[in-house]
Amino acid sequence: MDIILDNIGLYRDGLLKTLQICLYAGIGSLVLGTVIATFRVSPFPPLRATGTAWVTVFRNCPLAVVLFFCAFGLPELGIHGAYFWFGVSGLVLYTSAFVCEAVRSGINAVPLGQAEAARAVGLTYAQSLREIVLPQALRSAVPPLGSVMIAMVKNSAIVGAFGVGGELFSVQARLTSAQGLALIPVLLGVAAGYLIITIPAGVALGALERRLAVVR
Amino acid sequence: MLFDRPGPRTRRRIMVGSIVTGLGLGALAILVLVRLAAGGQLAEEKWGPIINPANPLFVALWANLGLALLNNIEAAVLAMALSMLLGTVLAVTRISLPRWGRWTVVAPMEFFRGLPVVIAIFFASRILPELGVDLPLLWYLVIGLTAYNSVIIAEIVRAGVASLPRGQSEAAAAVGLTRGQALRAVLLPQAIRVMLPALISQLVVIFKDTSLGFVILYGEAVRFVAIAIQELHNPLQLYLTIGAIFILINYLVGRLAVWTEQRLTHPGRRGVAAQEPAAPTGEAMIAGTSTAGG
Repeated sequence: MDIILDNIGLYRDGLLKTLQICLYAGIGSLVLGTVIATFRVSPFPPLRATGTAWVTVFRNCPLAVVLFFCAFGLPELGIHGAYFWFGVSGLVLYTSAFVCEAVRSGINAVPLGQAEAARAVGLTYAQSLREIVLPQALRSAVPPLGSVMIAMVKNSAIVGAFGVGGELFSVQARLTSAQGLALIPVLLGVAAGYLIITIPAGVALGALERRLAVVR
Repeated sequence: MLFDRPGPRTRRRIMVGSIVTGLGLGALAILVLVRLAAGGQLAEEKWGPIINPANPLFVALWANLGLALLNNIEAAVLAMALSMLLGTVLAVTRISLPRWGRWTVVAPMEFFRGLPVVIAIFFASRILPELGVDLPLLWYLVIGLTAYNSVIIAEIVRAGVASLPRGQSEAAAAVGLTRGQALRAVLLPQAIRVMLPALISQLVVIFKDTSLGFVILYGEAVRFVAIAIQELHNPLQLYLTIGAIFILINYLVGRLAVWTEQRLTHPGRRGVAAQEPAAPTGEAMIAGTSTAGG
């Protein structure tokens, strides 16, 4: 316990770095995933095909491979940058596929009559999607999106494992290898760092789910 | 459907749009290839070991990659089997315990659900030897994967049992079975059918996560590729290849899950429930839209 308390600053910085990765990746994947979801329900076949291909690729590829590809493959193409941003982009690409499926399930939950009524009053496809369908879809997509975001927080540990220094998972390497501290308490501290994000998030999500439940 | 069936004019527009998009994508592909060629990324020494059987490294690369992939599969199969076993035990214990005693199961479940899998694997490889349990690397990976996935499978089992009609457990109680007997003999065998698609989808998750074995230096495919790259200097090509292999395998397993689900929801052989005459499609659609609108 003392080991954790003595190094509480390091853990706090690690937690903040993890939250920073998750904030960027969360915003990025929510935007990208929603765009891909609109592709998947579009009346234009090439867009639908693009959306389907995107989801198939990134949902079936291990995050580790996506991250390694971003970090070691992209520089070969002349794209250079900090490991941090490669890690964030890998996480965005991977998570966007799951966000897309969550949003799509939300779109499917919107009653057909809504889209039909929108067309009947003369809205174009883009208008009906933007004004009528998506606002309702995102509401019922909140619970699955919450689960996706919690999974993303946990996946950010993989970004740490492959080399973004300073985030929560890499705190253990610093404390055990460099300072030779006892392993088990250090690791429990790291675990606690993730659990204080994921468990309250799960509880909050459950509460939100009950409040947002729409009677149809 | 969020849009009306396209009329002749829209169909023409879609056709033209598709052709333009196709041409655009073709141009983009050519541009990328030119870029790659200019950077030397299409050279024989980069791709040869992967696609040219005459290349001296071809056989060695694929033989070792195959062996590494078998390590992934071995870990995935073991973790899946153990997770199903442990997950069922967890679910049954949770259902059977009186309400006040459930936290003894729920607390460890919440712990392992909230913990990143990569950390569970890493912990297993570091903490178990510290406690005097020395195992081959494979088992640390399997234990780490099982810690997380058994919790998920326990939830799948619980949802499966909960989805059964109440009459099943009532009838089991009426003939004098205890709660545990009813679960074993009546509820679980039926729940397995409902759970099958979700279980198969979980296999995809487990197989993807075996790639996290690289963290503990287990000889799986991603780690093999990382080592091979130090010799072959072709990260772009090898990561594309290993990505494609994972995507193909997981895509097929995912299709299997979808197929199983369709078999279960629209069985070829009609069950008791399916013997009522089905409503004509048109009527069903109207009924569906009117309730949905209201």
